Amino acid sequence: MTDLTALTIAEARDALRAKTFSARELTDAYLGAIDAANGALNAYVTVTPDKARAMAETSDGRLAKGEAGALEGIPLGIKDLFATEGVHTQACSHVLDKFEPRYESTVTANLWADGAVMLGKLNMDEFAMGSSNESSYYGPVVSPWRAEGSNADLVPGGSSGGSAAAVAARLCAGATATDTGGSIRQPAAFTGTVGIKPTYGRCSRWGIVAFASSLDQAGPIARDVRDAAILLKSMASTDPKDTTSVDLPVPDYEAAVGRSVKGMRIGIPKEYRVEGMPAEIEALWHQGIEWLRDAGAEIVDVSLPHTKYALPAYYIVAPAEASSNLARYDGVRYGLRVPGRDLIEMYENTRAAGFGREVKRRIMIGTYVLSAGYYDAYYLRAQKVRTLIKRDFETVFAEGVDALLTPATPSPAFGIADQEMNADPVKMYLNDVFTVTVNMAGLPGLAVPAGLSASGLPLGLQIIGRPFDEESLFATASVIEKAAGRFEPAKWW
Amino acid sequence: MTIVDTRTPDPKTFIKGATGDWEIVVGMEVHAQVLSEAKLFSGAATGFGAEPNDHVSLVDAAMPGMLPVINEHCVRQAVRTGLGLKAQINKRSVFDRKNYFYADLPQGYQISQYKDPIVGEGVVQVSVGPDRQGNYEDIEVGIERLHLEQDAGKSLHDQHPTMTYVDLNRSGVALMEIVSKPDMRSADEAKAYLTKLRSILRYLGTCDGNMDEGSLRADVNVSVRRPGGAFGTRCEIKNVNSIRFVGQAIESEARRQVEILEDGGAIDQETRLFDPAKGETRAMRSKEDAHDYRYFPDPDLLPLEFDDAFVADIEAALPELPDDKRARLMRDAGLSAYDASVLVSDKAVADYFEAVAAGRDAKQAANWVINDLLGALNKNGLSIEESPVSAERLGTVLDLLKEGTISGKIAKDLFEILWSEEGDPRAIVESRSLKQVTDTGAIEKAVDDVIAANPEKVEQAKAKPTLAGWFVGQVMKATGGKANPQAVNDLVKAKLGIE
Repeated sequence: MTDLTALTIAEARDALRAKTFSARELTDAYLGAIDAANGALNAYVTVTPDKARAMAETSDGRLAKGEAGALEGIPLGIKDLFATEGVHTQACSHVLDKFEPRYESTVTANLWADGAVMLGKLNMDEFAMGSSNESSYYGPVVSPWRAEGSNADLVPGGSSGGSAAAVAARLCAGATATDTGGSIRQPAAFTGTVGIKPTYGRCSRWGIVAFASSLDQAGPIARDVRDAAILLKSMASTDPKDTTSVDLPVPDYEAAVGRSVKGMRIGIPKEYRVEGMPAEIEALWHQGIEWLRDAGAEIVDVSLPHTKYALPAYYIVAPAEASSNLARYDGVRYGLRVPGRDLIEMYENTRAAGFGREVKRRIMIGTYVLSAGYYDAYYLRAQKVRTLIKRDFETVFAEGVDALLTPATPSPAFGIADQEMNADPVKMYLNDVFTVTVNMAGLPGLAVPAGLSASGLPLGLQIIGRPFDEESLFATASVIEKAAGRFEPAKWW
Repeated sequence: MTIVDTRTPDPKTFIKGATGDWEIVVGMEVHAQVLSEAKLFSGAATGFGAEPNDHVSLVDAAMPGMLPVINEHCVRQAVRTGLGLKAQINKRSVFDRKNYFYADLPQGYQISQYKDPIVGEGVVQVSVGPDRQGNYEDIEVGIERLHLEQDAGKSLHDQHPTMTYVDLNRSGVALMEIVSKPDMRSADEAKAYLTKLRSILRYLGTCDGNMDEGSLRADVNVSVRRPGGAFGTRCEIKNVNSIRFVGQAIESEARRQVEILEDGGAIDQETRLFDPAKGETRAMRSKEDAHDYRYFPDPDLLPLEFDDAFVADIEAALPELPDDKRARLMRDAGLSAYDASVLVSDKAVADYFEAVAAGRDAKQAANWVINDLLGALNKNGLSIEESPVSAERLGTVLDLLKEGTISGKIAKDLFEILWSEEGDPRAIVESRSLKQVTDTGAIEKAVDDVIAANPEKVEQAKAKPTLAGWFVGQVMKATGGKANPQAVNDLVKAKLGIE
């Protein structure tokens, strides 16, 4: 039998319905792949084989009766940030030790309702804070990609590093992820996968461990554009339990895949040509522009003048919200508790032991910028910048631009334990330079692989759309995907 | 915030110090639990007296990934209260997070409203008194704002030798924080304000006002100054849980501050607690220890917005409030200001009175409710809800009086019977032969008997007609109070030949 894990979600879906193989066989194939690879890649922090097999068997029952859901029998990996009932949910933090919720996040509940199968929980940066998946309490994820002629371990990007690595290495058919400043798009770009952060409010945040509430959004990482569209269709919903979720019908995203871009106006924002950007990124961007022009899109130069303030403003807003969101991890009700002589000492001991360096750094930054006397200078100012960034996009869209094309990251994947990045956290934060604007403005953004670097590592392009116009992103991305082809790592693990 | 002094110094509120007069300045922050089946941001129940941690949802316990969803009923209650306080209703308000760590605050922050509250400035008319002469003084207390916020849980420090227990039943319960302007100048004014505020809340049905269950708590800001001078430094007395204690706390705190100032000291701005056993306040924390709450808009909640129709809908369903009811009773029923004030101060009393007065003489009903019913309730330490005599039965007593079936004296006896026994007033009058004698023949005989037995008095009465009253009394006594007093009076005068 051919390797079932090589199939995309669309292919597997059709084969399952045609009874070419069973959901149980498909799930077993993935469980076998995880067994063989996870020691090397560390993509999963928990595998749930019994649950996976039981769910697959239920799917087989439904497939037999012709009652298959949209994702019937499709095995998925779930980022550890999503609450999954009775299963490890720790945001890859020590502070949530042994936490297994009694509830299921809305997004995962939507997936299971459509027949998907859970393989386990995926590694991530602690509380989704990071761009390399090195801040996880469970250790770094190793990218399935290696530079040509090198055996050095590379990062898969972050914070959804486990999701991206598992999809790229075929350890799941697709994965859930979340994106606060680029945590879906940057790892997708680093691993040659497709990731979309939908419009803020498209996916419910209920049951997702919060990092920065006004920026967090769930989305899928998948092997191709079509799979991303299929997954997003199931993940998205209107949820009365999340008042920031938006009451709009979820379109059939898959129908937009392959749709013509003829006559679409694609904006090229000049501010994304940042200082010191490698020539190969610049070349990739030009290539993308040419592909879209060839497909009939109109290319227009646009300006988003406040772009350069986005990253500093993001690193005020996100830590501010995080410092408050993470206050609940106090050792009182669940997770880790390190005793002390009194309540204050118990808090100190618990939080000192429970949080890693990057999380502590952001809690401190956030606490500082919200403090009396600093609030106006930092938080309030950052919110004003945010409004200006949003207005930049609104102006461009009002001028008739349908979507924007930018690089996804300023570089290909870097090495694990990179000296420079470890020495200077701001260097690490620069990974998000092209992606944070989208979160600040609440817009949808999609990363699609567009080529390989000189060293043979994947590079991605980003497409940014109007609010709730994910369909244009899928249409545009499928043009690039068709032109660039798909990229898969050579198996070394 | 600029504080505007709206009051003219009044010597009768001054306190005497060794170096002269001092004036007390009081402002109040009242936390009123919103009358609601469910909490402010979760569906959990709010009932008082449940087992610890029985009324806790995943949101109240701040489980990871949980999100608050605003309870529309609580929003309506806040708007209703704002309208009752004649206040500005803000159609757009914002929920903020007030960040601090405590074991009974699961989220690590309280969701409150900081810069943009749901209700702005308003006013409460307060009747202070009566003083020794029985006079009332009407003052206005300004409302600064009203905002919605979550309550915290409860820490129980006395359940275990080394551990603290936490009960989250209250965690997330909706509170209205009602902030007054510093418009009160004495303990009596502060007590009257709180009494009036509680009455308004009960009329509106937005808070049950039960201070002993913690549904209503007051933080009292007290400062002293030379009459009419600049405002002094204030101390905040936290969580005072009875109206009587509010008065005691203000008086003792004002005396403490005067002593310090007269000794040449300065008041430290601090938070204090009132100890009812000692009748004094003690320091809780100083300004230096004050938390930096790091307020910022809660990103889990969109700004709270509603339109004019939402407010109009609530306004249309607003009940008659005490001030309006008092004015109506004076205007339409002809009650005195005193009677009307007494009757409206407690909604339950007002409801009782209106049930008795319906279709009857309002003044007579007011006399019975105030003198007989409230008198008896007071004497027995009962509330109006616990009254053994229902409004319906008291109304029947008044009907019997009006019909002439019973005399005024018998009516009082009947009320006493109804106080201690169950039964329909008409049936009791029947079974115990309490009916008034209106048969002139029977009354005439009784009058004749008394006149015949007291010839000396008859002579005296001819010289001094007021003695007729003595004869009336004797006849009433002889008939067991059942004779119609008017008929007796007429007959006695006729027989004695006095006019």
